[in-house]
Amino acid sequence: MYHFSRRNLIATAGAALTALALPVPAFALNNAQAKGLVDNLVGEINNVIDSGKTEAAMYGDFERIFRKYADLPYIAAYAMGVDARRASGGQKKAFTDAFTGYISRKYGKRFREFIGGRLEVQGVKEVKSFFQVTTIAHLRGEAPFEVDFHVSDRTGKNLFFNMYIEGINMLLTEREEIGAMLDRRKGNIDAMIADLRKAG
Amino acid sequence: MAVFLTGTVLAVAGCTVPGPNHPAGEIFDPYEDGNRKTHEMNRALDRALVRPAAKGYVAVVPEGIAISVGHFAENLGEPSSAVNHLMQEDGAGVARNLTRFVINVTLGFGGLFDAASDFGIYPDDSDFGETLHVWGAPEGAYVELPVLGPSNERDATGKVVDLFTNPLSYVLPSRERNIGKVAEVAAKVGDRGRYADIVDSILYESADSYAQGRLLYTQNRRHELGMNTEESYIAPEDVNTEGF
Repeated sequence: MYHFSRRNLIATAGAALTALALPVPAFALNNAQAKGLVDNLVGEINNVIDSGKTEAAMYGDFERIFRKYADLPYIAAYAMGVDARRASGGQKKAFTDAFTGYISRKYGKRFREFIGGRLEVQGVKEVKSFFQVTTIAHLRGEAPFEVDFHVSDRTGKNLFFNMYIEGINMLLTEREEIGAMLDRRKGNIDAMIADLRKAG
Repeated sequence: MAVFLTGTVLAVAGCTVPGPNHPAGEIFDPYEDGNRKTHEMNRALDRALVRPAAKGYVAVVPEGIAISVGHFAENLGEPSSAVNHLMQEDGAGVARNLTRFVINVTLGFGGLFDAASDFGIYPDDSDFGETLHVWGAPEGAYVELPVLGPSNERDATGKVVDLFTNPLSYVLPSRERNIGKVAEVAAKVGDRGRYADIVDSILYESADSYAQGRLLYTQNRRHELGMNTEESYIAPEDVNTEGF
């Protein structure tokens, strides 16, 4: 099994930089960057888990991490799905904001269960137009399982736009949930946004 | 011959096959109305019985012991996984299950500890639902089973067949066999308690717990069976983010 280390990253990045003088495929550098992003992300998540802070303080930290590392406009747009076509600009902005708090609380709760455990970055692979960074979660009393981050530079910055936990895809799961929240409010977007601020 | 075999597998698995207009990859749920009734029943059962029992269990039983009960039940399942891997012609799987079983029975004190994982020999469970998949059966329609929860026609058939695939149930005297059954139920209750927050969040906090359960089960199961291809991954240009 390939274990990621900082030294490896530096070596890879160094090699890529040296190769810049030659016509090198662009992904050589991006590969290291995508992996570097997840390495930093995992490092920050692990720090919050180990911090021993209160639950509320941890959610604040996770929200900060999401805002720094996640492509939130993309995730929010995907979660809203076709209903976005009838949403106003103001509704879209309000939704992205409410949705950010909601996924920070929801996924923050899941990450809190990693206390005493750790995430380990395994490797990176180019898929379609993005990078898949594979990590393994080691939790007490449990078989290790896969957590994948999908990273893209769509915005000009490397950010993760999807996450798979043992095959469970965050984008699909949240689109289903937001759709159900809208149904419950008979399609009223403002009411759904108000519910979202309390959910998660 | 292949057609005949596939036909037999389909018949054995009792799978309903979606029509040609069904979008590939999407969950096929023609029995949704009935499933939703079962789901409400399962939720009521959980709220009244399973959840309180699970909370009590984790409150009373120390975590280390609860984990050991889980390992013990899991270890008794290794021979059944080995039989299924054998039917899938997966030699490495068979070897892993048998090695784990032997290590955990001996070094793991009868299976109370997962010593095999300490040696890096991690679990690789299998079941007859997976065997049917390897033999070419489709997952069929989604079903929510009473008590057992989310499944599909293929996996539900697998569960019935797996009542008979564990060699231990033929060699152990009935008293020992019952210990296995009790451990299995205790392990399930223990899991419900250990993961109370995540299960609660799905069952009681999501806007449509039936739809969430259906999606989570299907995605996770397809992942286990190696059915999630890169083609199915969502790409960064799939959505218009303007205004968000």
